[in-house]
This record gives sequence, C-alpha cells and structure tokens, in this order.
Amino acid sequence: MAADMHAHSELHAQSLEHDAHAHHGHHDDHEHHESFVSKYIFSMDHKMISRQFLITAVIMAVVAMVMSIIFRLQLAWPGEKFAFINAVMGDKWGPDGVLDPNAYMALVTIHGTIMVFMVLTGGLSGTFSNLLIPYQIGARDMASGFMNMLSYWFFFLSSATMTISLFIEDGAASGGWTVYPPLSALEKAMPGSGLGMTLWLVSMSFFIVSSLLGGLNYIITILNMRTKGMKMTRLPLTIWAFFVTAILGVLSFPVLFSCALLLIFDRSFGTSFYLSDIYIGGEALSQSGGSPILFEHLFWFLGHPEVYIIILPALGLTSEVISVNARKPIFGYRAMITSILAIGFLSFIVWGHHMYVTGMNPFLGSVFTFTTLLIAIPSAVKAFNYITTLWKGNIQFTPGMLFAIALVSTFITGGVTGIILADSALDINIHDTYFVVAHFHIVMGVSAIFGMLAGVYHWFPKLFLRHMNKNLGYLHFWLTFISAYGVFFPMHFLGLAGVPRRYYTNMEFPLFHNLQDINVLITVFAILGALAQIIFLFNFFYSIFRGTKSSQNPYGANTLEWTTPMANIHGNWPGALPEVHRWAYDYSKPGEEADFIPQTVPLRDGEEDGGGHH
Amino acid sequence: MKFVIYFILILAAAAIWQLVRVVELSAKLKGVDPNKVTDKDNKLNSRLMFLFMIFLWIFSLWCLFNYKDRLLPVSASEHGIDIDWLLNFNMIIIWIVFLVTNSLLFIMAWKYYGRSDRKAAYFAHNNKLEMLWTGVPAIVLFVIIFMGIRLWNRTLEPADSKVRIVEVYAKQFSFTARYSGDDNKLGKANYRLIMDANVLGLDSSDVAGHDDVIISDTLFIPVNEEVNFRFRSQDVIHSAYFPHFRAQMNMVPGMETFFHFKPVVTTEEMRKITGNPEFDYVLLCNKICGAAHYNMQIKIVVGTKEQYEAFMNRHTEFLPAEKTAQVK
Repeated sequence: MAADMHAHSELHAQSLEHDAHAHHGHHDDHEHHESFVSKYIFSMDHKMISRQFLITAVIMAVVAMVMSIIFRLQLAWPGEKFAFINAVMGDKWGPDGVLDPNAYMALVTIHGTIMVFMVLTGGLSGTFSNLLIPYQIGARDMASGFMNMLSYWFFFLSSATMTISLFIEDGAASGGWTVYPPLSALEKAMPGSGLGMTLWLVSMSFFIVSSLLGGLNYIITILNMRTKGMKMTRLPLTIWAFFVTAILGVLSFPVLFSCALLLIFDRSFGTSFYLSDIYIGGEALSQSGGSPILFEHLFWFLGHPEVYIIILPALGLTSEVISVNARKPIFGYRAMITSILAIGFLSFIVWGHHMYVTGMNPFLGSVFTFTTLLIAIPSAVKAFNYITTLWKGNIQFTPGMLFAIALVSTFITGGVTGIILADSALDINIHDTYFVVAHFHIVMGVSAIFGMLAGVYHWFPKLFLRHMNKNLGYLHFWLTFISAYGVFFPMHFLGLAGVPRRYYTNMEFPLFHNLQDINVLITVFAILGALAQIIFLFNFFYSIFRGTKSSQNPYGANTLEWTTPMANIHGNWPGALPEVHRWAYDYSKPGEEADFIPQTVPLRDGEEDGGGHH
Repeated sequence: MKFVIYFILILAAAAIWQLVRVVELSAKLKGVDPNKVTDKDNKLNSRLMFLFMIFLWIFSLWCLFNYKDRLLPVSASEHGIDIDWLLNFNMIIIWIVFLVTNSLLFIMAWKYYGRSDRKAAYFAHNNKLEMLWTGVPAIVLFVIIFMGIRLWNRTLEPADSKVRIVEVYAKQFSFTARYSGDDNKLGKANYRLIMDANVLGLDSSDVAGHDDVIISDTLFIPVNEEVNFRFRSQDVIHSAYFPHFRAQMNMVPGMETFFHFKPVVTTEEMRKITGNPEFDYVLLCNKICGAAHYNMQIKIVVGTKEQYEAFMNRHTEFLPAEKTAQVK
C-alpha cells in the first residue's frame, strides 16, 4: 500500500514537473539539453519524426524510381543490352545488361509495394500528419510521443526489411504487389515466393504496426487536443483529410494483417485457407478446401480504402496550398468536409470492383459497380470546388502551388478513366491491362506524389526553417508535369489494344508488335521524369543546409503553424497555446487591409465566422 | 570512359550548386528574398499553364488519332458488340469531361495570376453552384450505372444447359482445351489423378468423360454457336483473356469458373477485316502466374461448322468406345 502511494505521488510529481517544464521551457530554449540519440534518433518530437518519415520516404522513392527505369528500359527495348542494367542489377539479374524475367517480376512487385506503402502511405501520412496535426490544431505535440516514435521505427524496420529482401539469393517477392496466393504461397511456383516473400510479409507486418500506432495517435490527438476555439468546423481541410485517413487506416489495416497472417500459416504451417486442389512441381499438395478468392476479398478490403488513404492526405494538402496561394477561401468548405467523409465511407464498400472477373458471383459485380460509381460524385465536387477556388483569385505561383494545381489536373484525368473501370461490363475486357496501370498511376500515383511534393515545397520552412530554391522548383515542376502525362496518357491505349500488365515483354504476341513505339515513347518520358527528380533531390538536400532562411509566415497564411517561432522548440509555442477565433480561410476578406486574417485574430463585432451560410 | 562521365556529372552538379549560391547571394545583397514569388514569376507560370493546356489538347488528341487504328479490331463475339458500344458511349462522356474540366482549371490558372496591386474576390460558398455539380454528375452517373449493370447481367447470366461446354485448363505456362463430346458432359477430374499422360487428372471411371477430346495446341470454336467455357487451373491463378471476343475470366485452383459467348466472325473473315493474312485469334494469360507469364498462350480458330467437325475428327477421344470395349 505504501509502495503504491509512493509510486502514485512520484507519478504526480513527475507530471507536475513536466507541466512546470513546459512553462519553463520558453524562458530559455537552450536549457533543454538533449543527447544526439534522443534528438535525432529516438526522438519523440512530432517535428523530428516528421522529418525522419520524409527522408526515409525520399530514399525509398529513389529506390522505387530506379526500379521503374530498369523495367521501362526492358519494355521499350526488350533484349537490348544496357550497361546501366548490368551496373545496378549485377551479373546474376542483369547478365550482359539484359534483365532476367524473374528479376523483372521482382522489380514490378517491389516498385509497387514501396510506392504504395512506404512512400505514399508512410511517407505522405507519416510526414504531414506528424508535422501538421499538432501545429494546425494548436497542440504541443502528439497525444503519445512514445507511440509516435515507435510508429517511425517500425516504419524504418519495414523499409529496411523490404530493402534487404532485394539482396537475397532467390530474389525479392515477385508475385505482384497484391501477392495473390497460390503464386505467393508456393516456392515451387516462382523463386521469389521463398525467402523473398517471407521478408515481404515480415516487412508488411512491421508496416501495419507502424500505421496503427501512427493512426491511433492522429485520431486521438485531433479529437482531444485541439486548442481553445478550434471547433471541428474550424479545422483546416488538411486536418480533416488526415483524420479520415487515419480512421480508414485503423479500420482496414488490421484486415490486411489477418490476411497476411493466414498466408503465413498457409506458407509455413500447412494450413489451407487459400489453397486447394493444387498440383505443382510434380506433386499433388495435401491442402484442400481453401480459396484464393478469400485472400482477394481480405486483401482488397484493405486495398481499396488504401488508395484513399493515399489520396486523401494529398487532397488535404492541396486544399490548403491552393487556398493560401489563390489568396481566397477554399470554395465550399463544408461540401469539402462532406466529400471527404463520403469518400471515406464509400471506400469501404467498393473493394469488389477489383474482382469482377475472378469468379465472384456476378450479382456482387452489379452491387460493386453501383457503389463504386457513386464515389465519382464526391470526387467531382472536390474537383469543381478547387477550380472555383482559383476563379478570381490572386494566384501566387510558388512551386508548391504549381504541384497543387497539377494534382487537380491529374486527379480529374485519372478519375474519369475510373468510370470505365468501375463499370463491370467494360472491365471484362480491360481488367489487368495497361489501362488499369495508366488509370491508377495517374489518379493515385502521380496525384499523390504531386500532393506530397506540393506539401514539401510549401511546408519546407516549417520542416527545415528554410526555403527550397524557387527556380529549381519551377524547372523540376514543369519537367515532371510534362513527363507524367507523357508516361501515363499513351499507356491507356496499350490497355485498349489488349496488352496485359506484368508481361516481361510483349514481343511473344504478333498482336502487339505494332505497339512497340508507344512503349518507347513512354520510356523516353519516364527517363526525362526521372532526370527531373535529380533536380529535386539536389534542391531538397541543398536547401536543408544552405537554403535561404524563411520568415515566420512567408505566404501570409492563416493557420496556426505559421504563428510558431522559426525554431524547432519543444511544445511548439514558447508561451501559452494560441486561441482560435475563426475558420482557417479568411483570405481577401472585403473591408480588410491585409489579404489574410490568422485564425488567432478575434472576430470583430458583428463579423460572421466563415464557411457557414450567408 | 566511365570516370570521365562521372567527373563531368560531378562538375555539372558543382556548377549548379555555385550558380544557385550566386543568384541567392546577389538577391540577398539587394535585400530581397530570392525565393519569394514575384509578379514576374506569376506571369511566366500562368502563361506556361496556358501553354500546358494547349500541349495537353494536342498530345491527348494526337495519341487518340495516332493510336486508334492499332487498338483491338471489331468485336468477334456477339456480346462484345454491345460492350464496344457502351465503351464508346462512356469514352465520349469522359473525353468531354477530361477536356472541359482540365481546360477550365488551366484557364483559371492562366487568367488569375497574382499581381501585387490586386486582391482576390471573397467567394466562399454558393449553394446553387454546389447543387449543380453534385446533381449533374449524379444524373450522368446513374445513366452509366444503369446501362453498365444491364449489360453486365445480360453478359454474365448463366448459359443454357444445351450450350456446348468446352473446358480450358491452365497450368504454368500453357492452356489445354477439353471438348465435352456428343453428350455435352465433361467427365470428372481430380488433381490427385494427375500423372504423366493424364495432365488434366481425368477420372477414367466416369463414363461421361470417355468421349471427351483433349487438344493442347489449338482452341477451335465454330462460328455463330454459343460456347460455354469452363475454366480450371492446376497450380496458381491464371486468367483466360480473349481480347478479340471481349471476354475474360480468372482460372482459380480449387474452383470452376465460367464465361460463355457467341463468336460471330471467323478467323478468315477477321483476316480480311484487319488486312493481315497472318492474323490469328489468341487466348492469353492475364493474371501474373510466374516467370513465363508473358508467353502463356494458345491459338484460337473460329471456323464454319464443317471446318469444326473436320477438325474434331482429326482428334481422338479420351477413351474411344472400341478401346473401352477391349478393356471390358
């Protein structure tokens, strides 16, 4: 009992001390001494964790991009010898500079996995939810700094495991990023389904842990730690997007975990959840009664919300960047929130559109066609609202703004082809062709990368207290935008000509011989796009150390992160937390001198808070 | 040689580095933030936005007109004609939406570039506009949904039992066809019976299977007759993709899947249509299935009824009647 009391009072004393510290800290920021390890490695500070996520994601993105260039070379000039391929892949996977077919499969698989999970889920949500949630809601940090730290380190483990899997003898997982069994379950089906697939599953398990720790933290922080006056209806749309994204992740990633767990059982312990009636390698397997369709259902129950987990944060960042730089309130704030919620809800009841021709009951195909096409409505609302936000604006073309506008363009262009694919009857003939590849790369790949780049350019002053170089940013943007369309627009036509995805070469079919020039065009644009990213990488790392110092509120923005001092201090605000009096979008309000009114400025007498009804 | 290239690359990077430094430092000396966006930047980028719109129009339409003749030829199946019609209908809608909304976006970006002497309009909300762009897409989508589901149900409704059944069997990396014979019944099969010669694992005790005909180099189907394909797989998931017939169904180990259609254009006729005397229909695998996925195929021939019968006569049944009699 006494010991209990003691522990209790100690805890109490600790929390008092913590409080005192938080108040104390602002008198002298340098008082807080930290070791290298607690500051840069096992940091619990949301800003440092955000930077850790970003830099890890940038490295992983470079890996995935180099992979894509290698398989694009093979697709454009099959069988041609490239010193580059030999240099990167070595004599085993790229003998004489010609890519090995198994290595090709591994490259497309790991390219997809890294881009979908490490870059556009971990990288995008991890970087910007961490950076902006405490900043924009007016909190000192995340609800649990410790969980947040764990979230990053599990992400790091996951990325490291995936990278290590590239270097093993039999090659990395190579059954496609969707890893459908039995292909991914049986080593006899392909070499990559051995240790490579095991490491893939280990990596994904780490990733799911990371995503859940992060997601729970984001939700709790947004719900409980908003500063005084920050009602849900005053939140910037970034936070709404991160909030719904985190909920989607928390509800769907556990399903992926069970999906992966059953696959681990089938692979290692002889169960038959997904396996039945298989004869392979001269042997009839004993497993019986399972169904690969079950795997597909479980996988896509995560897999479809996952694409919204990727695109929603990008749209959230875009909403903020477009509004700030158009110097206008975001048009239809409440409609934007409703759209995010509608997209979030619908994303859970559309997964079957990945499975129209898998042998799923055709009646289900009708249901999923209906629900899937409904998603186009909130998506259309968002696109039109962005366009209207630009109308009569006073647009400041920062590199971030350029990427945000480009996102709206690719979101439209990629979105409309979704209408074709969602239609079960039309999907029959274009399922698993390059039409699908073109569609999802534009609508979620390119769009989400553009959103991420918009975020990096725009919030670079909050990430590293400096600006990225503007002119290099412009050059990077225009080259990237042109090559993105150059790569993915022609790709639709390959799909309409019936070219299946994941073919090592199309030359085995006379049917596809006259399409080779399209593949060459795509690869040329892909190389141009990759070269443009070198400009970005240079600018990024150069600016971290040598970029020009930013002022406190360089864009004249309203949200709370720009009220923090230009130094990375614990607790974000040296004094008391800011108080919020208005929504985030009072730009160019009539009768005001300045073209922005920060959220901390009290409403005048009789002034109405924005976003409501007039 | 390699070192020269590396050396040049490093020099180039250093040159850019120094150039960036010089520009930033000279701006600093003048007391301006070199990375602050100026009116000049705004004007330049807004014009580039306009030019990009023109580029997008030209590039997308160039793709369309340059590539459209290389897409799949007219549908060789009956339901495929309807699919093509619906695809074109939807394509017209999405091309319009794609061009109009993208143009709107780029025109806004071009027209409303920032000028220091201007202020933006305060326009936060408008119910009528928002109803308009919720309502119009909703109506268009309901038409698309209705037509799509109707065609889907018509295409996928179960085939009549009199329709000829043909099995397509997949394994890494080949297809095998099995015809059901005069009784139109496929004999039972079991994966545990698979042995050297018995690739499909047929059960010889099932009489229904005795007249089955197994053919592994060609899939021959008669024109103008409905065929009900049954799909099975031996090892991993494959997908039977008939691009010319607008048909596709996955082949899943442990279960049977079906797709039926009626071919309406013979190989000979399609050779004339495409102007390619060597044209052949093909069935290809469209689900990642291993290293040689890119070369898993079987030739399809669509012929007249007479050609079909002649073809079948050249092949023997699984257990011909005379052989069965001998066994007895």
